[in-house]
Amino acid sequence: MLKFLIPLILFLVMAVFLAIGLQRDPSHIPSPLINKPAPVFSAPKLTAPQESLSPKDLHGQVWLLNVWASWCSTCREEHPVLNLLAQQQVTLIGLNYKDKAEDAFAWLQQGGDPYRISIMDNNGKIGIDWGVYGVPETFVIDKKGIVRYKHIGALTFESIQQTLLPLIAQLQSETP
Amino acid sequence: MKLLRILVFFLYSTLTQAIDTHQFHNAQQQADYQSLITELRCLVCQNQTIGDSNAPLAADLREQIYQMLQTGKTKAEILQFMTERYGDFVLYKPPFNSVTSLLWLAPVLFLLTGIIVVFVIIRRKNQTTAIDEQKLAQARALLNKE
Repeated sequence: MLKFLIPLILFLVMAVFLAIGLQRDPSHIPSPLINKPAPVFSAPKLTAPQESLSPKDLHGQVWLLNVWASWCSTCREEHPVLNLLAQQQVTLIGLNYKDKAEDAFAWLQQGGDPYRISIMDNNGKIGIDWGVYGVPETFVIDKKGIVRYKHIGALTFESIQQTLLPLIAQLQSETP
Repeated sequence: MKLLRILVFFLYSTLTQAIDTHQFHNAQQQADYQSLITELRCLVCQNQTIGDSNAPLAADLREQIYQMLQTGKTKAEILQFMTERYGDFVLYKPPFNSVTSLLWLAPVLFLLTGIIVVFVIIRRKNQTTAIDEQKLAQARALLNKE
């Protein structure tokens, strides 16, 4: 009896591992920044390059950092979702990654500007500090300035309903 | 025909490793640079090192490594810089720790399991069953009858 059970048990164990593994995308790299303080930067604002923004300016509120670029086609898919987030009064900060200011302006004029503030990272150094490897990426930072979540790839209506908006609501209720 | 040869030549010339021109203070820095770019993974083309990859991020990271070497950072500091930002996956050779120990040991474990199974099977085959004396006598009697 045991002789027939052992292969069956082995198969079931393998099937469980395969089922878990097939639901994951192996190219998605988990961020080592989760539950760590947001990497420091001082970036010029797109609309006012002589002014700059850094994470400590946003202390006390829950905010999202969305890494985007005018040359990124996937960002187009994500844009309507960002517009929806902006309508929901979510503080969206845009990190314009390795882009030119005039292209960024043209893009925002075309699709609408969902960002509270857009900042520029022309040489990609801020991107390296945040572990950005593919555009678009979105980070959620809490009131204390701790990175709590990273979404890799384009945001979808489904993902914001299921994950992002509930997380933001939860973080809003935390004390700063 | 000559045009075809020239075009083929250009095709081959694109299949080179990503080439940067960097000036180093000393041979040690250059050696460190060369070894670092083969130890870090390109996160865009994830089966290549940043030395091999043509992705813009790989170029940025090579430049970052060069700058850090210029300011006197050690190899260990640079590797730590990268893993702080990108996680252990950026190391082309995964580190040996509690999470990755199974990854490293699995091939050895499979081999050992295979060897043990083979031994057990061979040993079982070589075991002769105890001879039943009564059955042996019966068999002899039957054979002798003919």
